[in-house]
Formats: sequence, C-alpha cells, structure tokens
Amino acid sequence: MIDISWNSFTPWSALTGGLLIGLAAASFVLLNGRIAGISGVLGGLLAPRSGDIGWRIAFILGLVGAPVAWLMMTELPAIRIEADYPAIIAAGLLVGVGTRYGSGCTSGHGVCGLSRLSPRSLVATLSFMGTGFVTVYLIRHAFGG
Amino acid sequence: MKYSLSAFGAGLVFGLGLLISGMANPEKVLGFLDIAGLWDPSLAFVMGGAILVGFFAFAIARKRTLSFLGFHMKLPASDRVDTRLVIGSLMFGAGWGIAGFCPGPGLVALGAGEIKAAVFVASMIAGMVIFEMIESSRRRTQ
Repeated sequence: MIDISWNSFTPWSALTGGLLIGLAAASFVLLNGRIAGISGVLGGLLAPRSGDIGWRIAFILGLVGAPVAWLMMTELPAIRIEADYPAIIAAGLLVGVGTRYGSGCTSGHGVCGLSRLSPRSLVATLSFMGTGFVTVYLIRHAFGG
Repeated sequence: MKYSLSAFGAGLVFGLGLLISGMANPEKVLGFLDIAGLWDPSLAFVMGGAILVGFFAFAIARKRTLSFLGFHMKLPASDRVDTRLVIGSLMFGAGWGIAGFCPGPGLVALGAGEIKAAVFVASMIAGMVIFEMIESSRRRTQ
C-alpha cells in the first residue's frame, strides 16, 4: 500500500511549473528547432565545434540565471540538499557519465522524448526512473532508515 | 544572435518552471522517488504538465523542415534502443536517486547559490569529461 504525504503534496505548483517547462521545450523546438535536453546542451560544450557554442552557453545562462531573476521578484523557494559531499560527488559523476551514454536526462528523454512519443526515450525514462526508485529505496529503507 | 537570445529565453523559462514546480529542491525529488516511504506524487504533475504542452509543440515541429525563426530542425533521427542507452540511463537514475539532482535542477540550484549544487555540477561535468575521454580513446583504437 502506498502512503501519500498529503502535507508535502503540491499539485498546483507542480502543474504550473510543468506547464512552464513544457512551454520552454516548445519554444526551443519551434524557434530553434532543437530538443531542450539539458545534459546534451551542456555536454556539447565539452567537445566544442565552432558555431555551436554560443547558444549552448546562452541556454545554460538562462537556467542558472532563473533563480537570480526570481530573486528580483520574491524570495526563493526552499532548496534542501540532504546528501553529504561524498554522496554529492558520486551522484554528479554518475549523472554526468550516465546522461552522456544514455544520450539524455529528465528533460531530453523525460519531457521532450515522451512528448515526441519516442520509444527510445520511453526506454530511457523507464530505466532512470527505475534505478531512481530503487536507489532511494536502498538508501532510505534497506540500508538506512 | 537571434538563435542565442531565443536559447537564453528557453533556458530562463525552463529554470523558472523547475523552481516553481519543486524540481529544483532535492528534498522534493527524493520524496517523489521514495515510494516505500511517505510518497509525494507532485512531480508526476510536473511531467504531466510539461508533456501536455510538449506533445502539441512536437506534433507541429515534426511537420516542419525549418523552425519559426527559419533555422534547420535538428531532431534526433535515431529510434534505436541499445545497451548504451539503457546502461547510461540506469547509471543516471542511480545518481539521481543518491542526491535528488538531475542536470537542470543542479544548474538552477547552483544559480541560487547552493554550494552543494556547485559541487554536484562540477562532478557532473567531470563525469561528462570522463565520457568524452573514453569515447575519443575508443575512436582512436578503432
């Protein structure tokens, strides 16, 4: 039986944020003709080709600048990071290598790929969601808790 | 210039969406991935909302050869499911489950001034560099 945490359940802000993310992905594909896949945008900077750098930096700057723009209007929402530094480093390495081998992350496969009904992205999304659930289960319930 | 400006706008709106939705908060992400604990299903609504808009956008995009700004469409051609895709995605999911960060939220939390997010992003970039090194040495030996 699944116990739902009604206290932390925020369907409206989640949906609003999701619609904005969809809007960003929509504008990127309709205006720039590209998939808004963040690991791909960032990864492309590490094997740079001429004429293919500026827009990548611009996209990343937009992402990193979002909290700055937000701060000009109001206080930032909570960001709580439980993991300790060794865990953060291991997580970063796994996410870095994994998203490049898997050609995408939550944005490229999860949002854009599923929107395109791509079977490749469906397999990728099921795979990373699967290990995501299993990893949290192992850390919180099997070993920790 | 137009291309980069539009990319900046997309990144900015994407980042705002991640902030509003709660995706930029690892505690929230882990609450979603923790089905065996007290489960917070919110993030399913993030995916749902994003795909709802994305579905129509990609349906339009698929029929076009040029974008509305006149650039060539660069959509993935491959539909092949291979071991690289699966192994890579499994690794990514494990990393996502450890810290609660995927690439976009990591960058947004970095912009919010979180030191741990900066360490996450640096490690993620290191991981991507390792990938490039393995790939280029593989290409050399082939």
